[in-house]
Amino acid sequence: MSDFVYQGLIGLSQAMYLWLISAGLTIIFGVLGVLNFAHGSLFMLGAYLAYTAYGLWGFPFVVAVALSLAAVAVLGLGMERLFLRHLYHLDHAYQLLLTFGFVLVLDDAVKLVWGGVFKIPSIPRFLDRVLPVLGRAFPIYNVFIIAVGVMVAVALWLLFERTWWGRMVRATAADREMAAAIGVEVPRIYAGVFMLGAALAALGGALGVPVRPASPGIGVAMIVQAFVITVIGGLGNLSGAFVGSLLVGVLSAYGTLLFPVFELFFIFVIMAAVLLLRPQGLFAR
Amino acid sequence: MRSPTDPYVSAGPAEALTRPSLVSVPFLRVGVAMALLAVLAALPFVARTYIIYLTIQIAILALFALGFNLLFGYTGLLSFGQAGFFAIGAYTCAKILLLVPSLPLGILGGVAAAGVAAVVLGILSVRHTRIYFAMLTLAWGMMIFSIAWKWREVTGGDDGLVGIPRAPVRLPGLVAIDVSTIDRYYYVVLAVTIVAVYALYRVARSPLGLALRAIRDSESRAGFAGISVATYRLIAFTIAGLYAGLAGTLLPPLENTVTPPVAHWSTSAEPVLATLLGGIHTFVGPIVGAALLIILKDVIVRFTVHWSIVLGATVIVLVMGFRGGVASMVGERLLRLRR
Amino acid sequence: MTDLLRTEGLRKTFGALAAVDGVDLTLPEGVLTAIIGPNGAGKTTLINLLSGAMPPDAGRVLFRGREITRLPVHARVRLGLTRSFQVMNIFPRLTVRENVLFPVLARRRATLRAFARLTGDRNAGREADMLLEEVGLLPQAGQEAATLSHGDQRRLELAIAVASHPILCFLDEPSSGMTAPERTMVLDLVRRLAQERRTTFVIVEHDMDVVFSLAARIVVMNRGRILADGPPEAIRANRQVRQVYLGEEDERA
Repeated sequence: MSDFVYQGLIGLSQAMYLWLISAGLTIIFGVLGVLNFAHGSLFMLGAYLAYTAYGLWGFPFVVAVALSLAAVAVLGLGMERLFLRHLYHLDHAYQLLLTFGFVLVLDDAVKLVWGGVFKIPSIPRFLDRVLPVLGRAFPIYNVFIIAVGVMVAVALWLLFERTWWGRMVRATAADREMAAAIGVEVPRIYAGVFMLGAALAALGGALGVPVRPASPGIGVAMIVQAFVITVIGGLGNLSGAFVGSLLVGVLSAYGTLLFPVFELFFIFVIMAAVLLLRPQGLFAR
Repeated sequence: MRSPTDPYVSAGPAEALTRPSLVSVPFLRVGVAMALLAVLAALPFVARTYIIYLTIQIAILALFALGFNLLFGYTGLLSFGQAGFFAIGAYTCAKILLLVPSLPLGILGGVAAAGVAAVVLGILSVRHTRIYFAMLTLAWGMMIFSIAWKWREVTGGDDGLVGIPRAPVRLPGLVAIDVSTIDRYYYVVLAVTIVAVYALYRVARSPLGLALRAIRDSESRAGFAGISVATYRLIAFTIAGLYAGLAGTLLPPLENTVTPPVAHWSTSAEPVLATLLGGIHTFVGPIVGAALLIILKDVIVRFTVHWSIVLGATVIVLVMGFRGGVASMVGERLLRLRR
Repeated sequence: MTDLLRTEGLRKTFGALAAVDGVDLTLPEGVLTAIIGPNGAGKTTLINLLSGAMPPDAGRVLFRGREITRLPVHARVRLGLTRSFQVMNIFPRLTVRENVLFPVLARRRATLRAFARLTGDRNAGREADMLLEEVGLLPQAGQEAATLSHGDQRRLELAIAVASHPILCFLDEPSSGMTAPERTMVLDLVRRLAQERRTTFVIVEHDMDVVFSLAARIVVMNRGRILADGPPEAIRANRQVRQVYLGEEDERA
């Protein structure tokens, strides 16, 4: 029984990485209408940059994470301003293909700069403890991750519901032309939202550095999972992304426990099941 | 928040103009095809083994890309998971050949397996909007990859399947043609490719092809013209899956091995890139693009291992600039010269 | 005269807004009906419900006595119910001829023929050409549809809608975005099509000239309900209607 609870908690912390990447993906889609295939690559970059700052250059962990977020946010700004901006009026296929091109470039660039080797640095000392849970040692770092995930959820809610910027973003998402007509600077909103989404992805990657090996493949592995979550939760739906992440994270953790061989496969079974039972996703309006 | 449906959005000034194409000139079309066939038939007598090998690879990618373009250029559905069906074709053929060394059986088995998979996954996917569809196809492709990678007992895991024979063309009671040399295998591939390309050509220019193009142009209107859009999307997806599977079956006898990367999304990228390079607006575009891609890859790999960057950069340039691809551009230029 | 279509208590809400709020409507055969009403009255939503583009939250729709409330779009077309769209909805990259050939082939159940040539079905081709001639687009048959002028695109829209040989055809604001001469052209075309074919047209419209010169019966909607229903003279004289809708016109008159 304690194994079960423990595994559930593990799943909960795994879910937070999924939440961070899915949140960014779904926000970008909800506001800009762009499905960013390269979102997983931004997650991966966040991990590699944080690893470099923290594991190689010796910066304090929090500083390393902040630097990584900033760098990826700037990259995101570049992607949106220089490339995506010109494709908004075209069929979605062009945006998908463009961001797909970015995936190819970024995934290989990472191999070029860092080599294909797995990196496993150490957990920052202040978090390197365990919490006794039902007779087992549950890493404090996982608690930290869960806490960050929940804080991000609350922060995003506050941002979009209670701030002036958030209101402008929602207006733009609902009706771009109307928003522009009442004075919202839509291009700036787009740039800001894209940067926010990119930063969230980078945060997910950076936070994983002390406990998960960074590798060139994690970008695609994450984007596939993020896609599954958004199919379940609905594109543009933040609460759907949160619940979907929890669902996938926890169920995958149990799947790993019960059917270890099919660990990767399990997430697709969940998605197929959802599609069969509720084809429009669990949270369709 | 925005709903992920795709209303019809004008694709840009270039697409709105009447687009002349080489294939609208009948004599030219037939003449070029005949000349090409002659060259291809004579190839083993004039070219080195390596060239033959490359040409087989081009044929395989061409079939893969043609199927993809029926789905994308003709029906408007973008799939990032076609490698899944390619892999099912390849692995199924390999397993069959390891048991019963009969090439026709391997090919048919692989195609059938890919077709069944396409129908099953298609049923789950075609009722969604194009964006969800794209996400789903990536997921399915990677799902098949993870099965190929993990299911050691059946697929050999990340070692894959080895020792696959270049089995003879055995029709029981009739003939058993040995095709173990690369030149002979080349002719098998050529024959299969010619038949398959011609079949798809007929489909593209048929009433079914018209229905698919109508769906691409306006799904809502197509429904109101009296067809079930989901059904036709499923048909297109199945045909794309069949062709991906067929392309896949031709690989194991060539390389004598099958490994999980054939199911990876980077393999799914190949028909996408071939089609973008060669042009989505013409039937032959994917074939031209396949040739370009294989040759480009062959050249670049000699200089650097990081050829994905080149490929990715090419995609970005193409999408930002010349969206019609090479075949349309060449066609337009040539026709302008004729005036 | 048979009733082609009948609705019972049709309702559709979007959030708190009841776009269609309990509509009981009958559409008899052979009577060209216009549905009018101020912006937001629920006209287009009603057409969407009747044509199958969206499902109702409550109520029933019966077509020639048969329940079609949840029937998908293509099945309704097969039964003889089609529509045109307010925002131009043609097949832009197909040729003009292909735009019309497609619904003809679909009606003839020929669209699954994967290996036949497009030109193979001579009757279908002839029918497509005749239809193009009827709407005056035969000279442009080989052109890509996106290159047509706005008015010609509207002709094509109508042609696609009638190519399926509908018994009942909804036209959603067929004269929207048209200049005055274009509007006259559309009027004449609809009138001619209504006369020459066994099709009953139901038009959603804003333009009063079009409505009063075409319609034998006018249904007025307001806030998701039917306000008034009758021949043009009766509607013109109806005070409630004048208040709600023609009120602005009174100021100009």
